[in-house]
Amino acid sequence: MFKATLKSLLSRKLRLVLSALAVVLGVMFVSGSFVLTDTLQRSFTDLFSSAFANVDVSVTPKAEKGKQPEPLTPQAITDVKSVAGVASAVGDVQGSARPIGKNGKVITTSGSPRFGFNWTGTGQEKIRDGKAPAAENEVAVGGYLASTGGFKVGDDIALLTLEPKKTFKITGVYEYAGGRDSLGGELSVAFTEPVAQQLLLGKKDVFSGITVTAAQGTTDEALRDAVAAKLGSGYDVKTGAVLAKEQADQINEGLKFFNYVLLGFAGIALFVGIFIILNTFSIIVAQRTRELALLRSMGASRGQVIGSVVLEALVIGLIASIVGLGAGIGIGALLAKIFSSVGGTDLQLAGIGVPMSAVISSFAVGMIVTVVAAVMPALRASRIAPVAAMREAATPDRPLTKITITGALVAAAGGTSLAFGFNQASLPLIFGGILVAFVGVALLTPILSKPMVSLIGRLLSWSMPGLLGRRNSARNPRRTAITAAALMVGISLITGVSVVLTSATKSIEKLASGQLQTDLIVSGEGQMEGEAATFKREVLTKIEKTDGVKSAVGWSQDGVLEGENQLFAVGVTDMPALATMFGLKPKSGTIAPLKDDQFALPEEMAAEKGWSVGSKVTLQLAKGEPKTYSVGFIWAKSQVLQGALVMPESASKDFRSDQIAQAFVQVAPGVSAADVQKRVEPLFADNPEITVQDRSAFVKQTTSQFDTVLLMIQILLALAILIAVLGVINTLALSVIERTRELGLLRAIGMRRAQVMRMITVESVVISVFGAVLGLAVGLALGIATVQALKDQGISEIGLPWMTMVQYLVVAAFVGVIAAILPAIRAARLNVLDAIAYE
Amino acid sequence: MSASDGVAARAVDVWKSYGSGDAAVTALAGVSVDLEKSRFTAIMGPSGSGKSTLMHCLAGLDDVTSGEVWVGDTLVTGLKDRGLTELRRDKVGFIFQQFNLLPTLTAEENITLPLAIGGKKVDKAWFDVVVDTVGLRDRLTHRPTQLSGGQQQRVACARALVSRPDVVFADEPTGNLDSQSGAEVLGFLQRSAREFGQTIVMVTHDPNAASYADRVIFLKDGHIVRELLSPSAEEVLDTMKHLDSVVAVPHV
Repeated sequence: MFKATLKSLLSRKLRLVLSALAVVLGVMFVSGSFVLTDTLQRSFTDLFSSAFANVDVSVTPKAEKGKQPEPLTPQAITDVKSVAGVASAVGDVQGSARPIGKNGKVITTSGSPRFGFNWTGTGQEKIRDGKAPAAENEVAVGGYLASTGGFKVGDDIALLTLEPKKTFKITGVYEYAGGRDSLGGELSVAFTEPVAQQLLLGKKDVFSGITVTAAQGTTDEALRDAVAAKLGSGYDVKTGAVLAKEQADQINEGLKFFNYVLLGFAGIALFVGIFIILNTFSIIVAQRTRELALLRSMGASRGQVIGSVVLEALVIGLIASIVGLGAGIGIGALLAKIFSSVGGTDLQLAGIGVPMSAVISSFAVGMIVTVVAAVMPALRASRIAPVAAMREAATPDRPLTKITITGALVAAAGGTSLAFGFNQASLPLIFGGILVAFVGVALLTPILSKPMVSLIGRLLSWSMPGLLGRRNSARNPRRTAITAAALMVGISLITGVSVVLTSATKSIEKLASGQLQTDLIVSGEGQMEGEAATFKREVLTKIEKTDGVKSAVGWSQDGVLEGENQLFAVGVTDMPALATMFGLKPKSGTIAPLKDDQFALPEEMAAEKGWSVGSKVTLQLAKGEPKTYSVGFIWAKSQVLQGALVMPESASKDFRSDQIAQAFVQVAPGVSAADVQKRVEPLFADNPEITVQDRSAFVKQTTSQFDTVLLMIQILLALAILIAVLGVINTLALSVIERTRELGLLRAIGMRRAQVMRMITVESVVISVFGAVLGLAVGLALGIATVQALKDQGISEIGLPWMTMVQYLVVAAFVGVIAAILPAIRAARLNVLDAIAYE
Repeated sequence: MSASDGVAARAVDVWKSYGSGDAAVTALAGVSVDLEKSRFTAIMGPSGSGKSTLMHCLAGLDDVTSGEVWVGDTLVTGLKDRGLTELRRDKVGFIFQQFNLLPTLTAEENITLPLAIGGKKVDKAWFDVVVDTVGLRDRLTHRPTQLSGGQQQRVACARALVSRPDVVFADEPTGNLDSQSGAEVLGFLQRSAREFGQTIVMVTHDPNAASYADRVIFLKDGHIVRELLSPSAEEVLDTMKHLDSVVAVPHV
């Protein structure tokens, strides 16, 4: 039996390749994810251990919860120096410094930090060209900043720090051990110490930390304990090794999430792969009815027949897993390379490694998926009576009642799980619900395929080949349905995401045009990252005085602590004006200027906290002691301003930064916003991180991130669609083999090759478009359900991405044409005589 | 040279061999035959005599090693795929032993399939005559799976006739049928030749089937060895029995 199976497998190489390909792609994605994240993790670990290579012990001020740490004084350095076993103790100054490129725009990174520090000469930076900064207007820049921004010794460079744009002369370019430009894609610049203190910490003679090295014979741990004992509480004292590990762990935590996302998409790909393998095995088993029945009539037991199909699946799964693992290692290595070079991280890659997790998951996933997909057809194969061998292998259409009822039940279960998931905000329930719903819909597709295929086919069947193609796609509803269902999964996920994003865009647009009464919005980069660029209060005053401005409101922002809870707060310059611009309505109390010990909050937050007007609440701001405030008023639920406490302007001075983060401008009646914008913009000439936008530009900027998200998801889901296309090719190729005699007959009675190809193409397009239509329908349902569930989060409108949906449909038709090429050529090339005689 | 008046298909010194060198098998060894218009000709012979190969070559389904094949005014030999396809579509009708019909099409659609493929109009009057002759009027909307084997074969006959081809080639058309259904089909083929003037060439090894033909050609080892005109089944059977003793003219 074993030998017979292997022989049969090897005799059909094409079949082997086609059914294995889907598994290979899925496994490739899984192992690629593991290899990529493993390589990056080890690279980051290496990065931080080299970043802290010459730090034995590090001292930083301890931050009380919710409070900004006070910088270190020179006294602390003197204290550390006095500890026995200390070889050196150097004060570090570090803070945000964003370089401005030669095009006048701030140079950005893809997540790596941009910072400045004090040049001490004791760090690991070594001057490559020029010399260290010595004067107030001199800086040295890192090699990576020099190459990214095109700077060289002698150039001027403008920098944004706590202060607005300042220009310096570059006296030197430094590098790291091994001649590296950067440790990990960071853009850094070195000032003289007093300048660094003023620009980065905002005060003279303070430090952000102390780097301590141990004298010979003192261990890092002993030194740490000695220093900690000397300084007392109020300081974090850590060894360099611990610090490196902490930072690496932090990055790796982020990478883990990245890995989950990739694995999620791998899961989708495999899910689609199951459809394809299931279909392939079903067709193969159907075609092997005679072969299997012959085995049965020669005395093979049912178990042996099942065994032979499962064995075939195991062999395919094994080969596919090996190939997939290999391809995954290649893909992982390639992506890591892209990440480190093109991604702007300048990361020194650790050697590509193949973690055990990649190997185990590849084989587990590849073999299990294949065998699971093969078991059902195997069971069916075993039920074939031996006499079927002697009869024509026309398997009669089995009724679809059972599968339809099962499908309805499964889909309902999925929908219920989805509804609960939304209700409980439980991601596992939501994702589980979506997967189960897909299976349910897939089981329903055979019954749907009859009317829908005939409808879609009618559009394409103006000629006899078209008609035959349409009839062919309708003749085996299960086969057509599963093939289409595989395509449905990818398309419905993309459609669902598009619906949510379009709805979000539409909601924001509606909000902006309806409730938002402001004409210009002034905001800094990095609003989303939480570290927004800010500007000085004087500038706001200047805006107010600008010709044509009716009113201008600004706020500074920070997190405040209420007990253990972190809340987002803004300190507003003019509460009544803000209420007018944002269309805020009082829910209780009256909207009036806030007193110094008052704050206001939205209805839903008040309800959640159980606060009413007059409630006393103790808040800890970044600076100063906790203070008791009372609720001044509560505004009615608003989409424009939610999830934030509004505090009086006086509270801003205890924020981390009391500078203005966002400002809103209303122009006087009859004045054009564009004119005022032209007059306001020059106020930010030395602050390129701040932009002045009119309402529509602001909305566009806010919603443009959705396009990026959509694009990313499209790229990742393209794999699922690619696998589905393989499925279409597979189904067609196997159908062509199955219908060899029919094709021979058609050719014998005079069908031209081109007509044969057209026939196959129509069948392919019908299947693909059917899958796309299903996907669009399911995606719409998923998307609308999600939007409904997110109603409270501010997505109030339902926007349907019609253009995108039409595009998907066109792409699906195109995919159908592409998928048909090879099977069509194969069909057209059939030798007529052989085909007629084909058994 | 062309097929002269009165000849629907013609083979001129046709050789056909498969394989090459020592392994070469000669299926046809210099066969020349004229198949007259409006006649029902049967080609008989034992297995391996080359009768199917001859039919395949005459019908443009297979190419010849040497010699010429004509159908009507068309020189089949040397035609490329496109020409052969059009020949099969417009000039030739086929009836195979089994699997003649497309399962996705109704009986009527199967009958008009060659016309539909060629984008031609159906001659309604002729269609009606053909359908009534094969007695399928009440079966036109049925799918092949809903028809008996005899009915399926009659649909195949109707399809072969409906485009009024120069020649209808039938390859063991009754091989899979019970005797009554077989007799119906054969009777229909005979009537088509006699009443409609349709040229029919049938390959068979069944003497009874051959007895319906106007002319029976006997093949052995790739040569035409005997010929009978309007024979009875006994005469055919008798000839077949003695075919073994007939020594083929050795080829040069």
